[in-house]
Amino acid sequence: MLNKVSNVTSIEADLGKLYALWLREFKVFLRERSRLVASTFTPVLWLFVIGSGFGSTNPATGVDYQKFIFPGIVSMSIIFASVFFGSYIIWDRKFDFLKSVMVAPVSRETVFIGKTLGGMTTSLVQAAILLVIGIAIGINLTALSLIQTIAVVLLLSFALTSVGLAIGSYIESLEGFQLIISFVVFPLFFLSGALFPLKNLPGWLFFLTTIDPATYAVDALRKAIIGTSAYSFALDIGVLVAFTIAFAVFGSYSFRRMKAV
Amino acid sequence: MHVSIVWLIIIRDLVKKYGNLTAVDRLNLDIQENEVFGLLGSNGAGKTTTIHMLATLLKPTSGTATINGFDIVAQSAKVRSSIGIVFQAPSSDEMLTGYENLKLHSWLYSVPRNIREKRIAEVLDLVGLSERKNDQVKKYSGGMRRRLEIARGLIHKPRVMFLDEPTLGLDPSSREIMWKYIEQLVKQEKITIILTTHYMEEADMLCDRIAIIDRGKIIALDTPSRLKATIGGDIVKLKLVQNTQSNIDMIKKFSFVHKIENVSDDGLLVLSVDNASRNLPVILKFIDTESVEYTSPTLNDVFLRSTGRNIKEEAEGGFMEKYARYDQK
Repeated sequence: MLNKVSNVTSIEADLGKLYALWLREFKVFLRERSRLVASTFTPVLWLFVIGSGFGSTNPATGVDYQKFIFPGIVSMSIIFASVFFGSYIIWDRKFDFLKSVMVAPVSRETVFIGKTLGGMTTSLVQAAILLVIGIAIGINLTALSLIQTIAVVLLLSFALTSVGLAIGSYIESLEGFQLIISFVVFPLFFLSGALFPLKNLPGWLFFLTTIDPATYAVDALRKAIIGTSAYSFALDIGVLVAFTIAFAVFGSYSFRRMKAV
Repeated sequence: MHVSIVWLIIIRDLVKKYGNLTAVDRLNLDIQENEVFGLLGSNGAGKTTTIHMLATLLKPTSGTATINGFDIVAQSAKVRSSIGIVFQAPSSDEMLTGYENLKLHSWLYSVPRNIREKRIAEVLDLVGLSERKNDQVKKYSGGMRRRLEIARGLIHKPRVMFLDEPTLGLDPSSREIMWKYIEQLVKQEKITIILTTHYMEEADMLCDRIAIIDRGKIIALDTPSRLKATIGGDIVKLKLVQNTQSNIDMIKKFSFVHKIENVSDDGLLVLSVDNASRNLPVILKFIDTESVEYTSPTLNDVFLRSTGRNIKEEAEGGFMEKYARYDQK
C-alpha cells in the first residue's frame, strides 16, 4: 500500500537523496582547503611558468602563448579535479562511508549522479577561479563565451568524473591511485592539445589527440575564449556529448556491479 | 490474554560460499519482534557475513530470508527501509558534523520533512551527543563515533537494528557506557535488535536469546540462562582440611552435588553443585575446609563445551570475507 504514495512523492524523495549526496560532496570540498589550494596552485604554476617560459621562444600558435594555453590549463584543472573526484570513491569505500550509503534505500544510479554533480560543482568552482586569473592576464570574456565555457566545463567534468568513478569502482586499494594518475590523468592532459596546436602534428600524435575527449574540450574552450580553434564549436560539443553519454553509461554500469562490502 | 508471536526475521537454509570456503552454512533462524538477539561466536564464525546478507549488502549463495515480510534479495529496497545498521568500523563522514551526518541520512531514508529536525534531536539525545552535534566527527572519540552510528541507524525508526560488534575496540569504560545506551535504546524505541559479539558478558547482559555460531553453523540457541543451565550446576572448588575418603563419601550423599573430582592429593575437590549460594553453607556445616570458592557457569563454558574451544579474542573481524575476496581472483 505504501507503493501507492504516488510517483510525485517518490520523485521528490529521489531529488532529496540526490541533493543530500551532492551537499555532502560540496561541504567536504569546501572544508578540505588544502585540496582546493593545491588543485588551484598547479594550473597557475603551469600557466605562468610554462606559459612564460615557452612563450619567450615564440611558438607558432598565432596568439600569445600564455593566452594560447589558458583554455588548455582550464581543461587541465577540470581533468585533474574530475578524475580525482570520481576515483575518490576508493576512499569512500576504504573508510566505509560508501557502505552506509549502500545500505540506505538509495539506488546506485542516484549515488552515481550525486557524485557526478559533486564533481561538476568542484570543476565549476575551479574554473571560476582560473577565469578570474585569466582576466588578470588579459583574457576577454563576453557573456556568450562565459556561457560556452560553463557548458564545456560541465560536459567535460561530467564525462571525466564518470571515468574516475568507473575506474574507482574496479580498484580496491589506495595504491591504485598512482596508476590512475600515470595512465589516465596525464595522457588525457598531454594528448589534448592543451599545450600545442593540433596543426602539423606527426600522424600518430594527431591520431591520439582525436581519441582524447579532452581535445574537444580544449578546442571548444579555445574557440570560446580566444577565438581560434581546429574544429567547429558545434563539432566539439557534439563529440563531447557523445563521449559524455558513453562514459556515463559505462560509469553507472561499473558502479552498479561494484561490490558493496 | 493470548499474545501471538510475530516472527520479524525468518531465515531459511541461508548459505554463503566464497570459492571453497563456506562462510555461512545452511542457517535457519527465526527472530521475534522486539527481542534482543545475539549472534555469539569467534571471529570468522560467519556473524558479519550473515549480517551483511540480511542487510542486502551481500547476495546469498543460496537460501532465503525475509525481514519485516520482505525478501532480502527480491525486495531489497524495502528491507533497507526496514532496517538500521551499525557496522563494525564507524562509517560516518569525518569531515561533516554529527548533525550533518544525521541530516544526510534523514534525506537518504526520506524521513518526512515535518518530523526531520525533531527526529534528529531525539536520536542525538538518545545517544547523548546533543551537545557535540555541531562538532566535526573527526573530533569525536571512538565511543562517541560508535554512538553516532547508532543514532544514524535509528533516524528512520527502523523495525530492526543490526549492531555488528558494537563495542569492538572500545576501552572498558566506553564499553559500559555503550551498554547503557543500548539498554536505553531497547526501552525507548520498541525495536528488534540483532547484535553480533565475541564478548560473552556482552551477549549475556544484553540479549534475550543467543545463538552460538561456529564455522557458519548455529550450534546452540536459547536464552542465556537456559544455555548456562545446560552446563549443570555451579562449579565449587573446596580444599579439605583432611583429605579422607569418609569426607568425600559424606559430600557424595548430598542430593544437590552431582559430580566430584578429586583433583589433587592435598585435598582439592571440584564439585558440580545446584544453587551453590544456598547449598554451599550446608556442606561447610558438615565438612572442615581450608578454602572454598565457586563460580557460576558462563557462556564461555557453553561455548567451550559446544566447540571444544575458548572464544578467543583474535585479530579484528571480517577477515574471512577479506581473505575470500582475494581467494576468488
